[in-house]
Amino acid sequence: MRMLINVPETVVADALRGVAAAHPELTVDVENRIIVRRDAPVAGKVGLVSGGGSGHEPLHGGFVGPGMLSAACPGEVFTSPVPDQMVRAAAAVDSGEGVLFIVKNYTGDVLNFEMGAELAEEEGVQLAKVLVDDDVAVTDSLFTAGRRGTGATLFVEKIAGAAAEEGAPLERVEALARRVNEVSRSFGVALSAVTTPAKGSPTFELPSGELELGIGIHGEPGRERRAMMTSREIADYTVDVLVTDRPPSGPVLLLVNGMGATPLLELYGFNAEVHRALGERGVTVARTLVGNYVTSLDMAGCSVTLCEADEELVRLWDAPVQTTALRWGR
Amino acid sequence: MLDAEFFRRWLTATAALVDREAARLTELDSAIGDADHGANLQRGFTAVTEALAKDAPDTPGAVLVLAGGQLISKVGGASGPLYGTLLRRTGKELGDAAEVTPGQFAAAFAAGVEAVARLGGAQAGDKTMLDALEPAVAALGASTDTFATARDAAGQGARDTVPLRARKGRASYLGERSIGHEDPGAASSALLLTALAGAVA
Repeated sequence: MRMLINVPETVVADALRGVAAAHPELTVDVENRIIVRRDAPVAGKVGLVSGGGSGHEPLHGGFVGPGMLSAACPGEVFTSPVPDQMVRAAAAVDSGEGVLFIVKNYTGDVLNFEMGAELAEEEGVQLAKVLVDDDVAVTDSLFTAGRRGTGATLFVEKIAGAAAEEGAPLERVEALARRVNEVSRSFGVALSAVTTPAKGSPTFELPSGELELGIGIHGEPGRERRAMMTSREIADYTVDVLVTDRPPSGPVLLLVNGMGATPLLELYGFNAEVHRALGERGVTVARTLVGNYVTSLDMAGCSVTLCEADEELVRLWDAPVQTTALRWGR
Repeated sequence: MLDAEFFRRWLTATAALVDREAARLTELDSAIGDADHGANLQRGFTAVTEALAKDAPDTPGAVLVLAGGQLISKVGGASGPLYGTLLRRTGKELGDAAEVTPGQFAAAFAAGVEAVARLGGAQAGDKTMLDALEPAVAALGASTDTFATARDAAGQGARDTVPLRARKGRASYLGERSIGHEDPGAASSALLLTALAGAVA
């Protein structure tokens, strides 16, 4: 194992110190592990708080700033944050208009945000929660933990963030976040396993010449392993899975997301294939974002997220955003 | 009778076992989860022993509530709230008695395990920590002699998770591929019961 770290125990704190050094526009509380936009709480604005395990950067800390999140709570690597972090974050961003927690559907995130919400409400914060569960690789039923939250988190955070920035009340910001989640679907593939700092070796063995289909973002194996496919074949497979699960009835926002170790050269080539595959199935693309946004440490591979977007969602997507990882329009 | 000192001994012994077994727990977790269970519990129980050294509550209930709060604040993931709730609820059930009987502890622990089941929305057979905890609850009785039986039942319960298909937590995302691996949460729960049996002087 070769990693640019000191010791596994301090990777998150060390990274937060680096974020603080690079971004004076953010308030970084290294000890309590929260990242807050410098001007919070913003008068008259709903606060947006998200968080989850570290190792998915730039999610969520990279999306803190005007037009997107008010604060992010990074947990340990691949481990949800603890309730204390959510309580502090909610207090830091609440201007009296209430706070929305954006939670990805993993047992740990759900439980910790639940506890954090209870404590923050006891302290007088008006709270709403939205659960992101867009991953079609997971068969949802009463007998499972349900679909994972993956790439759609970015769409939820951006669009709800834009509405909050415009001064929309909590109820409406929450409703928009839910709507974005409902119309979004994701699917991911891995070309390599991840190595967590704590373990120091790959979390699963993936022989060269094979790939994992239907992975999440925590280094867990996918649902199925196959012989390596071409970019074109992966695009067709992925788009089929997505469109079968929820056929879009209008244009989509498209996220072609790298898992961390796949170069942009490959991601853009794959994006071309995804556009072709969507076009062949009659799906039009309103906006496209290509890059490493919801990553899984050093995993090679990619995920595709489609978000069916009407004019309002496209307008909110286009609205100005100024964060470290996503910025346009201002 | 079991006093605050007994419960401190139990939790300190758990911390030592978690230290020793952290690599194995993480290895089990890497097969069907995300390879951090050992490190996470280690962080939590280190905080528990530090908190108990700094602040020495004088009732069994207060020891367990303090420990549970530390786990919730330090561990994260699913295991923080679940183990934290187990200890907090058990502690609350014991109230502020200075000493409790093994039978009172058994009843309180049963309530703690029930709270875990409710919080996680899981039941025995889902391939979770409940597969070790529920047999332990069934084995606990009115004397400390039953602690060893509970330890064995929890260990067996953990091993019995191997052929199960996970239906809760991150392992559930693997579907059929979760079969053939011991559940790391059940394995760590078995450690908790091993420490309990070992704490009997």
